[in-house]
Amino acid sequence: MAQDGQQHPLAIYFWIWGLLFVLSAFSYAVDYIGFEGYLRWSLILIFMLLKAGFIVAVFMHMMWERMALIYAIIGPPLVLLVLIGLMAVEGDYTVLTRLNYFGEDTTEFVGHGAAAEAH
Amino acid sequence: MAHDAVATETTGPGYAPGLRGIATDWSADKQTFHVPWGKAMMWIFLLSDTFIFSCFLTGYMNVRSSTRVQWPNPSEVFALSFGGDPIPLILIAIMTFILITSSGTMAMAVNMGYRGDRAKTASLMLITAAFGAMFVGMQAFEWTKLIIDEGVRPWSNPMGAPQFGAVFFMITGFHGAHVSIGVIYLVTVAMKVLRGDYEKRGYEIVEITGLYWHFVDLVWVFIFAFFYLW
Repeated sequence: MAQDGQQHPLAIYFWIWGLLFVLSAFSYAVDYIGFEGYLRWSLILIFMLLKAGFIVAVFMHMMWERMALIYAIIGPPLVLLVLIGLMAVEGDYTVLTRLNYFGEDTTEFVGHGAAAEAH
Repeated sequence: MAHDAVATETTGPGYAPGLRGIATDWSADKQTFHVPWGKAMMWIFLLSDTFIFSCFLTGYMNVRSSTRVQWPNPSEVFALSFGGDPIPLILIAIMTFILITSSGTMAMAVNMGYRGDRAKTASLMLITAAFGAMFVGMQAFEWTKLIIDEGVRPWSNPMGAPQFGAVFFMITGFHGAHVSIGVIYLVTVAMKVLRGDYEKRGYEIVEITGLYWHFVDLVWVFIFAFFYLW
């Protein structure tokens, strides 16, 4: 029981390490090249999820753990999707209400900073 | 060592594949998680931390999507000039690579720990800690630049939506605190490894420290994607 530590060939770590570098370079390239809109957002999400997946699966050894632990750790965060969904709807509602009542003016809330003095 | 041999060794006693395994582990009158208790506790702590960071990022999504004011463009805000034209987001990219490098050295440290190579384990952990300290240093530089040179405050900034500052300081501050604590944690455990404190107890502690460190890197992946790139 005490000796069942996670020991794996070094090669897999080096592979994942390299992959993480490449994926990070790709994420940075998305900004550097300046992709916009849905292409930008989907590329960001894909590279993010791949990186996160590799870190959790290999570096954190999740792929070698038993299902009982995997489900106990990966399962609960899924409820966060509900929170994210609710807050997205809420944000939409708030911005529509604000536009409705305060109009499109975008300068008035810049407020107390240097920009306000410059106006 | 053959991979399959390792797999059977780590899956432990009473192992059953798939859903049956979950049912056996959770329903039988026995210990549920076949890992050292410290590791189970670290995972559960990280799970709670996941919720904290997710709440921050969800809050950020909410304020960003509900403001009428233009959100500052992170690509320009975090651009840095080395004599020539400003390079977009360059400091953040370097910080990302530093953190990934440190994750790799940490994974090596865990491996060396289980091989019982104390000197290599401790030095790899110290290298990891050094990269972590470098990350925090660059973050301090970034904060200084934003606060002093650009006048970003939690309640306002000259570039656009005032919520930008609040979100930035809150999220990167919390992450930076995690990195700083991780550096202290790493150095502490590395010293104990070097002293031979774990010769009898085994080197799970290195893996547990590694879990925390990889988690810090994991959180950065999400912050990088949602705050800096989006």
